[in-house]
Amino acid sequence: MLDGVARVLRMLGGNVVDRIWRLGYASRFLFSVFMLSGTAFGRFQLTIREIYFSGVLSLVIIAVSGLFVGMVLGLQGYDTLQRYGSSEALGVLVSLSLVRELGPVVAGLLFASRAGSAMTAEIGLMKTTEQLSAMEMMAVNPVARVVAPRFWAGVISMPLLAALFSALGVFGGYLVGVVLIGVDNGAFWSQMQAAVDFREDVLNGVIKSVVFGVAVSWIAVFEGFDAVPTAEGVSGATTRTVVTSSLAILALDFVLTAFMFRGV
Amino acid sequence: MNRAVIDLWVGIFVAIGLGALVFLAFKVGNLGSVSSSDSYELSAKFDNIGGLKIRAPVKCAGVVIGRVSDIKLDPEDNRLAVVTMKVDSRYKFPRDTFATINTSGLLGEQYLGFDVGGEPDLLKAGDTIKKTQSAVVLEKLISQFMFSKASEAPTPAPAK
Amino acid sequence: MATQNLVELRNVVFAYDKARPVLKGIDMAIPRGRVVAIMGGSGCGKTTTMRLIGGQLKASSGEVIVDGESVSRLDERALYALRRRMGMLFQFGALFTDMSVFDNVAFQMREHTDLPQALINDLVMMKLNAVGLRGAAELMPSELSGGMARRVALARAIALDPLLMMYDEPFAGLDPISLGVIGQLIRKLNDALGATSIIVTHDVQESLQIVDYIYFVSEGRIVAEGSPAEIRASRDPWVHQFVWAEADGPVPFQFPSPPYAQDLLGAAHA
Repeated sequence: MLDGVARVLRMLGGNVVDRIWRLGYASRFLFSVFMLSGTAFGRFQLTIREIYFSGVLSLVIIAVSGLFVGMVLGLQGYDTLQRYGSSEALGVLVSLSLVRELGPVVAGLLFASRAGSAMTAEIGLMKTTEQLSAMEMMAVNPVARVVAPRFWAGVISMPLLAALFSALGVFGGYLVGVVLIGVDNGAFWSQMQAAVDFREDVLNGVIKSVVFGVAVSWIAVFEGFDAVPTAEGVSGATTRTVVTSSLAILALDFVLTAFMFRGV
Repeated sequence: MNRAVIDLWVGIFVAIGLGALVFLAFKVGNLGSVSSSDSYELSAKFDNIGGLKIRAPVKCAGVVIGRVSDIKLDPEDNRLAVVTMKVDSRYKFPRDTFATINTSGLLGEQYLGFDVGGEPDLLKAGDTIKKTQSAVVLEKLISQFMFSKASEAPTPAPAK
Repeated sequence: MATQNLVELRNVVFAYDKARPVLKGIDMAIPRGRVVAIMGGSGCGKTTTMRLIGGQLKASSGEVIVDGESVSRLDERALYALRRRMGMLFQFGALFTDMSVFDNVAFQMREHTDLPQALINDLVMMKLNAVGLRGAAELMPSELSGGMARRVALARAIALDPLLMMYDEPFAGLDPISLGVIGQLIRKLNDALGATSIIVTHDVQESLQIVDYIYFVSEGRIVAEGSPAEIRASRDPWVHQFVWAEADGPVPFQFPSPPYAQDLLGAAHA
């Protein structure tokens, strides 16, 4: 009995220690990515190439999702607002919820599953097929040559994708609210502009998306680099990237929101 | 994949992303309407500001001309609230302009309204608006109304 | 200035964890200009030996000396400088799958030199010509057969004319023709470049034809060494078993296990 309890405790403790150890390892890795970023910026062509893979190839899914989320917000928002006779506030509702929350968060989640998982799988496979090892033997540091450009490409792509998501979402809300339902065009935009502050809302949303970009890219490249070099190892790492970065986005979102929008 | 093609696509991507940011800043947000750079500061003292909040609009004849930038208790006389606002420098107002705290609709957000006076002297940056009217607090209004009804109520009784 | 031996291992011990050392004291001397094979069964520590020479692993004790420098004592910068003088062929080629054959071979030239594009072009074509794949320059690695990929990887490994070439299982998984081609290439390139080569392999017959000297490694120790002729004539039972591919001998067929009867009766898992 006591033995069983001890075993459970030991397992839990071991698990926690393991997690913390891994976090430390990941932080050290992030530090070395920063230290070895010279190549990623000195030869920006490398980073541009990765922006193509993480940013450009995510364009379609982000654009379509943004549009639909905005349209749904338009419908739902109108349904609720018209009960209180304030359907002109539709623009405010759609834009604020997108710019502050949904834009960064949903774009971040999509980015994690579209680009983050691809990053992990690619780096993991390069490790499995000894490409990273070969690079090392050719006196080229794989963190500088492979990891850092991908990391920075993710950090650069994410805010742009989130902005696109929000912008198309607002457009989707406009389509449903103004074009389809017939909310007054002028009121839609003017109320929106009166309520959405550049610094408080738009800029804070951008800051959120940058933070999410760093978090997702960090998790993705770390999981890839740390993957066990087997098929199961890479698939496990890919799954972990999506799960961990989704949780990280939601947790960070709460923390950032608590800091940013307090008291206003 | 050709390097030039990748460059082109990344260029398009960055342009779209920045375009979206500009759209959010100017069309969705208020960066286009009131920019903080060319505005001047005014303040006004009120007995009660009700539900007025920082960033609430300042309107004149229904047009947004600025925003409330700060609200605090008057350090010299702590029965009064000092409201500081930034007003677009395109607009000038006479010294006897009347500042009131209004509510848009019955339960809507509160804003600061200017009723333009007739003096030739204009308000300068840092000036304090003398003539103010405090917020109408709905609860007070209702309770006043009920008390007055209550005090009225007994009077008809003896007349019977 | 140059010592006689390009690579020397002095009583090298290596362990991932203390309890089970992979290498238990290895001594090797590889003279310049030679082709040397390190042979042994799977998991005997021969690939580990190569990684120690390349500096990807650090010896737990003992010294690994390459071109007069002690590999385990070098800092990262010096280690990378040393690696520029090494070439390594990985087991399955390890070509960069996101680059064409041309870019793979040009990789090190672009990373480490400021050569003009035209010169890089000429050099790459020369290297590809040496392995007979000039025509495949524009193909992607996924379009190559296993043997071709190995040859491209070889061209990539010799891109900067290394002093020391290392081959990790160069013959694994190749058809007899490709196998012969790779074997001949290893020998010819070594002599043409004036390099020194180390081949890690378990392919006895092929390597006996091309190497100058052979080390046999088993369970982390060198059990036999000699020239191909000496190895062929060896009476050592271990070497005999390995060279003639006998199923049982000093290297047991059975993985260490409890008595057979015990497993059959189910006692072990009860």
